Amino acid sequence: MPDLSAMRFAETHEWVKKDGDTATVGITQYAQSQLGDVIYLELPAVGQRLDAGARLGVIESVKAASDLYSPVGGEVSEVNHDLKDHPEYVNEDPYGKGWVIKLRDVKDNPKLLDQKAYEAFVQGQSGS
Amino acid sequence: MVVTAERTPLYDEHVRLGAQMTNFGGWVMPLQYSSIREEHRAVREAVGLFDLSHMGELRVKDESLAQRVVTRDLTRLKPGRIQYAMLCNEAGGIIDDVLAYAMSDRGYLLVVNAGNQDADFDWIRSKAPSPAGGGQGGGPVVNVGREWALIGVQGPRAVGLVQRLTTSELGGVKYYAFIEGKVANVPCLISRTGYTGEDGFELFCGTSDAALLWRTLLDEGQSDSIRPAGLGARDTLRLEAGMRLHGNDIDATTNPLEAGLEWTLSLDKDFIGRNAIVQARERGLGRVLVGFKMLDRSIPRHGYAVVENGRTVGTVTSGNVSFTLGYNIGMAYVPPALAAPGTGFGVDVRGTAAPAEVVALPFYKRPHPK
Repeated sequence: MPDLSAMRFAETHEWVKKDGDTATVGITQYAQSQLGDVIYLELPAVGQRLDAGARLGVIESVKAASDLYSPVGGEVSEVNHDLKDHPEYVNEDPYGKGWVIKLRDVKDNPKLLDQKAYEAFVQGQSGS
Repeated sequence: MVVTAERTPLYDEHVRLGAQMTNFGGWVMPLQYSSIREEHRAVREAVGLFDLSHMGELRVKDESLAQRVVTRDLTRLKPGRIQYAMLCNEAGGIIDDVLAYAMSDRGYLLVVNAGNQDADFDWIRSKAPSPAGGGQGGGPVVNVGREWALIGVQGPRAVGLVQRLTTSELGGVKYYAFIEGKVANVPCLISRTGYTGEDGFELFCGTSDAALLWRTLLDEGQSDSIRPAGLGARDTLRLEAGMRLHGNDIDATTNPLEAGLEWTLSLDKDFIGRNAIVQARERGLGRVLVGFKMLDRSIPRHGYAVVENGRTVGTVTSGNVSFTLGYNIGMAYVPPALAAPGTGFGVDVRGTAAPAEVVALPFYKRPHPK
């Protein structure tokens, strides 16, 4: 299990993990379980600038197409090309090899939740 | 008004198996147990088990009534045989698509879609000679949908599995035929039908026997690598098999000719909607339902526009990934000029015209039909 305490989470169910001035973004375990089998991702081009909360792409599962949002601002420095042939990585390992994009020149977003707050948020959502 | 979704007699089994539940046609049903992809694969390669108890069953005892509401000439159907047919309104629109079973007492059993069962019942009853006399008990049509459970056993290993649990000789039960018998000691109507494109059975039994039959099939099926399969896999399987879904691909605003279902019409008999359908054919069709494959990685969805030269010319009615074929497929209404296999058009996926090409239905046929 990856160390979720080092991550921050958006209420739209993306995670971000900072490493110096770069950050890795993916979707949460809860998000992948709700989406079901992921079959395709539409991802941004490297070099694209994203504001915090901006739409970064689309994730398609067997059930539906859903928007993905960038939890922090920054410039796309890398996209996970492995997902093109292996979208199932998002289901199998959402915090690891199922990562979605990397950003540089990161602008922090104070509205993000820490692990505890996010878990409480998910509890509230699934319990209602 | 509080609308409560109904539960099938297998609800507790689904919860015990950890299913993700969803509301479908007014019923709480399993969407998936583990993974739609894995459940889909199990049905294509081994065997899958489906709860179909949400489906409706209507007994129509009056032959002339059945003949009037069903598009196909049922008098040609021998007892023990089944036909796929439509219920149409006066305008020729499809109220529902049904399986008609010819029972030994000359009556018919109509298996109808879950969300339509009560409306179908009311509509058929309204067409009976004396609707005032028709009740739940002895009327010309009886709704038995909530007294019966329905369990689908589908896949290349389905016939062998069910055969191990019955003394009835299943080899003689042809596709679209049925017998009465016992499976796991449970009295059943054993029907060689399905909505997956695979061989297999659909087993009708009393609601109180459903859990026993379900558990016995799951236990006995372990050696066949059986998996319970939810509505998610049911949808991706039926789409590959080119089977229409009422409410998506066909509805009261589409007629059977447009939907490519002319083969379900006996136009030489009188049935409700016949005249409108004949007139529609004489006028010529403005649109037809086709199968298509995507030429890129994008996924078509219900409601997306079909575009040609920047103009909307049609609508996608179903679409998804085809796990079996490895590309994305769909069905759409398009102008007849775009309906020939090999014809290209665009599908508007979030503002981009993604390239698609018409292909013949069904997308998938099982390798060795029996």
